[in-house]
Amino acid sequence: MVETMIEPIDKKTSDLRVSPAQHLHGDFLVAGVTGAFGVRVREEQFLTMVSLRVPVGSADRDRLAQILGAELPARCGEVATGHDVVVMWLSPDEYLVISQSVAGSTLASYLRAGVSEGAAAVVDLSANRTTLRLEGPSAQAVLEKGCPLDLHPRTFATGTAFATNIGRVPVLLWKVDTDSYRILPRASYADYLGRWLIDAMAEFKVLGSG
Amino acid sequence: MILISCPDCGARDETEFHYGGQAHVPYPEDPSTLSDEEWGRYLFYRENTKGIFAERWVHSSGCRKWFNVLRDTVTYRIAAVYRNGEPRPTLDGDSQ
Repeated sequence: MVETMIEPIDKKTSDLRVSPAQHLHGDFLVAGVTGAFGVRVREEQFLTMVSLRVPVGSADRDRLAQILGAELPARCGEVATGHDVVVMWLSPDEYLVISQSVAGSTLASYLRAGVSEGAAAVVDLSANRTTLRLEGPSAQAVLEKGCPLDLHPRTFATGTAFATNIGRVPVLLWKVDTDSYRILPRASYADYLGRWLIDAMAEFKVLGSG
Repeated sequence: MILISCPDCGARDETEFHYGGQAHVPYPEDPSTLSDEEWGRYLFYRENTKGIFAERWVHSSGCRKWFNVLRDTVTYRIAAVYRNGEPRPTLDGDSQ
């Protein structure tokens, strides 16, 4: 009889997780620029993201609003803030629910309780995208090097988010605060976009030191 | 580069969109009764208009919805944007 030995695993699964841009964290620190031309980038790891698809005019919307603590955003760019979650408008019938504190499976099961069977879709997409946080006085100038969207505060207000491209990578761009952006690329593009941002930031290091 | 007004998202650069060819080409009611030539005409034959042309576009890096555009194929000027399922708007001086 063959005896099978299974090594006990000490670490929890969450300790073993590797985020899509984790290998760039050191490079992000080195690339950071301080001062009047300052711009920094870092990865916000493992945010919970749940995709929500509900048809326009569905009765589920009111129940979902109660669960989320906010009405579903009505138009392009809107981000609604609810109980421990924000809801981003992606399309008239598609939303992304983002949370820092609620686990994906928990959030998805809460939302599933609010939708009619077969008429809506709730999918945990936490591993689909990662989050890069770009901030500093030069953040807008860095993004303008590769983003077709008009980033002027006149049209891109704080607290709004849009689907667009940065350096040919499809992303969700969320203006969290003045000079502070969350960029949500798909996991497989995180390496390319991370390196693209580092390259785009290099100019301001020279400007700042000169 | 042209600027296209998505009915849901507003004006965005052309690079965010993909082209879908001629609009208002109805799917045959009963494709199995069509002759090869009729099916071929449905699949491959399209207008090659000089002037105002109704065409489909999809906002692929935005809301990913299809919509229709009336565009002048000579000047690239967009005369109207309307949603899927809406009838083609009539323009001043429009022969159709």
